[in-house]
Amino acid sequence: MFTIHEAFEKNPKMMRETYCDTLIELALENENIIALDADLVSSSGMKPFFQRFPDRAFNCGVAEANMIGIAAGLSAMGKIPFAHTFGCFASRRVCDQIMISAAYAKQNVRIVGTDPGVTAAYNGGTHMPFEDMGVLRSIPEIILLEPTDNVMLADLLKQLAELKGVYYIRMARKNAVSIYQEGSNFHIGRGNTLIDGNDVTIFSSGIMVHEALKAAAILQTDKISARVVDMFTWKPIDTELIDNCARITGAFVTAENHNIIGGLGSAVAEAAALVRPVPIEMVGIKDRFGQVGTEDFLRTEYELTASDIVAAAKRVTDRKG
Amino acid sequence: MSKNNETQDLRVVAEGIRLVTLQTLANIGFGHVGGAMSIVETLAALYGGELRSDPHNPQWRERDRLVMSKGHAGPALYATLCLRGFYPKEVLLELNQGGGSLPSHCDMNKTIGIDMTTGSLGQGMSTAIGLALGARLDNIDNYTYLILGDGECNEGQVWEGAMFAAHHKLDKLITFIDWNKQQLDGFTNDILDIGDIAEKFKAFGWHSQTVDGHDPGRIKAAITDAKRYKDAPSAIILDTIKGYGCNFAEAIAGNHHMNFTKEQIDSAIEDASQKLEYVRELAQHKKGDK
Repeated sequence: MFTIHEAFEKNPKMMRETYCDTLIELALENENIIALDADLVSSSGMKPFFQRFPDRAFNCGVAEANMIGIAAGLSAMGKIPFAHTFGCFASRRVCDQIMISAAYAKQNVRIVGTDPGVTAAYNGGTHMPFEDMGVLRSIPEIILLEPTDNVMLADLLKQLAELKGVYYIRMARKNAVSIYQEGSNFHIGRGNTLIDGNDVTIFSSGIMVHEALKAAAILQTDKISARVVDMFTWKPIDTELIDNCARITGAFVTAENHNIIGGLGSAVAEAAALVRPVPIEMVGIKDRFGQVGTEDFLRTEYELTASDIVAAAKRVTDRKG
Repeated sequence: MSKNNETQDLRVVAEGIRLVTLQTLANIGFGHVGGAMSIVETLAALYGGELRSDPHNPQWRERDRLVMSKGHAGPALYATLCLRGFYPKEVLLELNQGGGSLPSHCDMNKTIGIDMTTGSLGQGMSTAIGLALGARLDNIDNYTYLILGDGECNEGQVWEGAMFAAHHKLDKLITFIDWNKQQLDGFTNDILDIGDIAEKFKAFGWHSQTVDGHDPGRIKAAITDAKRYKDAPSAIILDTIKGYGCNFAEAIAGNHHMNFTKEQIDSAIEDASQKLEYVRELAQHKKGDK
């Protein structure tokens, strides 16, 4: 069950602070929780955890492959490792380690990749993961999550302390717009319908959820009734919900802070093609590399704004015929 | 038991493993012969007494762990586990069979007695570190053994792990490097010269020894020495011959993965049987002497 705010504002508490606080809370209850980092403890906001649990926190240095392998080995000893670094290094750089040492070996490993897409801002193209979820999506059994805000992040982390398997958490590091009210909880593998609507469904996640909500309000003035879904689980994708949305609205827009190839748009389109094909427009990175800039500049440059979603919604409703 | 007798007994264990490995490979007509043969004596030293395990309780938490990072040597380890009593001999027929329990590379979820899934080279270093670290966190008094190939040491991940293990003083991690001087495409010196492996590990802060990798008694002594050494992980460089003890493989280069004829494997099995008989008699004789 979840409830959303009436007005949406940035949470003054950074996502990384919620991450660290929640992990400390979990570690106090469960001595098997271990934190690993690759020389980004300060960036990941994990210093308080490292200070509080020096024996259960390992800075692996700039050696991400080794970090993921160690996490898998720790898991084989019954530990619950959380390994974090920037999303680009937590995915493409360690794809084989996640595939073999973690997933194929059926270990329990949580990998947190921060600074998704344009939120990497001034770190630029080398550090701007438009491909992290796509790189990992073809690994069998892996579960891919993009928490929307602090409330969802804390709830998902608590669930991850108990669940089995390999999880990748694509996490904005800084201040996220608060969508959910405290006390909300979330089902991994099920999308959240935030607004009902009949003409088009907008599937989004992460920073794009707020854009989707803004777009729906704009579309309302144009008499287009948009349904907004927060698809925070990219894998496994909620096929049942996609089927329902296709039946009700007959047209989709996907909105992601990621390459549309291999990302949320692909996942939704694949599922829709199998259960109930409908016209789809994709808002997201159109197979481009990242670059430096402010987040606002990059959102405009890569067409990740509410008005891009509005335009896509109009195109797709026209295509319904 | 005197050291000499013990060494003779380990030779019997080793030749038994070699024979059963060859018999296992004979069923399929191909396989990673070279690297399986070169690691036999180390497996004998480990499963002949050094490595704490219980075939009746394979998941025993306090057991020692073994990570066969050169996962393609699976058949030698499968033969060893079988002889140690983890499963009956019929299971060996499942090597490389669809739906079977013995894949070409080691898989902890398919084979009883395998502690970690391996096959993508370099990764065993890190998973072994994780196992050793996890044991230390839980105050488990065990050892984690790791077997790396020399060609495998081309992988950067090996050296990432080497730094980490030394930094964290993982003195209960004992790593063997099967220095058989060949990798898939040829001699390591020609493909990518790894230089002095023992010195490399020393430079990374490890306790480092080099032993005759076909003398199980010396390997056992090196393990004893490694266990005495505190505050640093141990590397034991095994000076070996790729394909050792398999007459059609030992003689040639390029024996990493090979096809062989029935005549070839029958002859190798015959040789290995005779060698086993010989070391068995020798062991009996030594005991008789006493």
